[in-house]
Amino acid sequence: MGTLVTLLSGWGRYPVQSCELERPERYADLRANADSVIARGQGRSYGDSALNENGRVLLTERVNRMLDFDTEQGILRAEAGTTLAEILPVIVPKGWFLPVTPGTKFVSLGGCVAADVHGKNHHHDGSFGDHVLALEMILADGRRVTCSPEEKPELFWATVGGMGLTGIIGAVTLKLVQITSAYMKVQNRAADNLVQLFQLLQNENVQERYSVAWIDCLASGDSLGRGVAMFGHHASADHLPPSLGNPLATKPAKSRALPFDFPGWVLNSKSIGKFNDFYFKREGGKQRPFLSAYDAYFYPLDGIGHWNRMYGKHGFVQYQCLIPDAQAYEGIKALLEELSASRRASFLAVLKRLGAQGSGMLSFPLAGYTLALDLPMRDDGLLELLTRLDEIVLRYGGRVYLAKDARLTAESFRKMYPRYDEFIAVKNNVDPDNRFSSSMSRRLGIAGEAT
Amino acid sequence: MNNPVLILGATSAIARATAGAFAARGHAIYLAGRDMDELPRIAADLRVRHGIEVRYGTFDAEATDTHAAFMQSVIDEMQGLSGVVLAFGYLGDQIAARDFSVGAKVIASNFTGAASILSHCANYFEPLKSGFIIGISSVAGDRGRQSNYVYGAAKGALSLYLQGLRNRLFPSSVRVITVKPGFVDTAMTYGLPGLFLVASPQDIGERIARAPEKSADVLYLPWFWRYIMLIIKHIPEFIFKRLKL
Repeated sequence: MGTLVTLLSGWGRYPVQSCELERPERYADLRANADSVIARGQGRSYGDSALNENGRVLLTERVNRMLDFDTEQGILRAEAGTTLAEILPVIVPKGWFLPVTPGTKFVSLGGCVAADVHGKNHHHDGSFGDHVLALEMILADGRRVTCSPEEKPELFWATVGGMGLTGIIGAVTLKLVQITSAYMKVQNRAADNLVQLFQLLQNENVQERYSVAWIDCLASGDSLGRGVAMFGHHASADHLPPSLGNPLATKPAKSRALPFDFPGWVLNSKSIGKFNDFYFKREGGKQRPFLSAYDAYFYPLDGIGHWNRMYGKHGFVQYQCLIPDAQAYEGIKALLEELSASRRASFLAVLKRLGAQGSGMLSFPLAGYTLALDLPMRDDGLLELLTRLDEIVLRYGGRVYLAKDARLTAESFRKMYPRYDEFIAVKNNVDPDNRFSSSMSRRLGIAGEAT
Repeated sequence: MNNPVLILGATSAIARATAGAFAARGHAIYLAGRDMDELPRIAADLRVRHGIEVRYGTFDAEATDTHAAFMQSVIDEMQGLSGVVLAFGYLGDQIAARDFSVGAKVIASNFTGAASILSHCANYFEPLKSGFIIGISSVAGDRGRQSNYVYGAAKGALSLYLQGLRNRLFPSSVRVITVKPGFVDTAMTYGLPGLFLVASPQDIGERIARAPEKSADVLYLPWFWRYIMLIIKHIPEFIFKRLKL
């Protein structure tokens, strides 16, 4: 089978590294046939977790067969390369939905498991791994094994959130959730500052299945943390206007792609400030609940292909961190103050309340608040700012999300992920020679050794 | 079953995309190939995505003595066929030109095996006075080049065979369509240097499934390959023999 040596990057387009790509089309060709291999689905992690500088990257995009769909029980089994975008039009018309979805549907099942992704419903439903009934894996020695919360649970929970470092995820069995319509009932609430925003997320959270808040992170002083909290739940078919027709019908969404890289100056604190004012008035002004098609609600940016080009050719870093509940307000406030003082505008800033910690050893979510920032990569000053943000996160006992990360240090990583020792015990067992390794695993010093 | 289509050589990326495009139009599908790990996976996928009936079974293009029985079993199982797509092929490599034992395999698969199974297909459709036979040949069959002339010769022979078959079956209203893909983004071409204008298998599959509704007998895919090959075919031999193609 042919391989292709090429420059590769994650969704943030930073860093860019030379990797050797292999793209199997047969299930049997999913295997570690190089000294260092990492699987890559849609390349939607932001940093270097699906990069392998001077090593092998195994593209799973063509190993994307749906193997079984039990429409009675709502159980789907599919190969790891299958994307959520492929799954939705199959399951929604049958009255089922993804139990957890990240903010884009152009991600593979394997990637969702490896990053143990969360959605706007984490406080209600946990993360992706909580709904995986079983995984079929291909291990370093070529064995195919099945693991689940009951069978080989250590391997299972090391793989959920394990960034592809325990083996190749071959197939995923997923439990879906029932819906009666393809629509969401959405309610926006504006908050003039961070105190109000926290109150909104705390109170409403209990009832609403989905919640998330957009923050204007250029606002400072008394307005620091002003934003719009957005709540939603799956609309019941009984409450839809009959004019919508079949409540479960899915319409193919129109998509347009950014055809070229924006020049670096397009996004600056002035243009982003203007946008933020506009967005705050528009979204915050929506007083009454409204209906939204699931696609527009969950995947607003999927309508613009290659939106990452907006940040110019140098790419951007998405910094996503969380602060545990106890000091969440103080921690998030400190982060926003640091950001505001730097006058580096984040085009997208999202605040989300997370529920209880799951069982994945390297999974990101735990009870607290997570803040995500998109920051254009212009100069080294950004990396210095992010290091200062790391220090704040560490001070408040938080952590940084590996699926977004491109620059955390090994030292900070160890402090943020206290279950690392458990993870590495499993890794020593199934992959002592570190055949599954990535640019990220080398940067963070995630490596097993023969015992 | 609903207008069943037989896909011969069903595990390649083009074949899978073609099966998917026919399935999206509601056709029942029979997947034939050698890889019994892959066939059930592709079959399951077509069922889940398109809610159609799919069957699969072993087919070896080179085992020509099994073809008659194979064809009969497919017809029995699907209760008839409305069309066939011949999608198998074997590229071999440069050695095929120097080592005839490799070259023989390229010819046995791409031409001899194809001619064998096509004869059974033709004999089935001719008395029905309906149906279609789509043969996936290659632009490589349009002119012999040093880089892959054994493969090119076998595909060129297949193109000629399909041409004759089209002539024979025209009075019986059976469509015979020759498809000549250019570079397609598949395992066959992945990582090869010097490719240009590479098409996606989905695009090619969609065009192939559309072909029975259209009138073209010979389909270059994507369309511009017709003009690229027109130029290549018209380069005088005394120049062509000097080229490194």
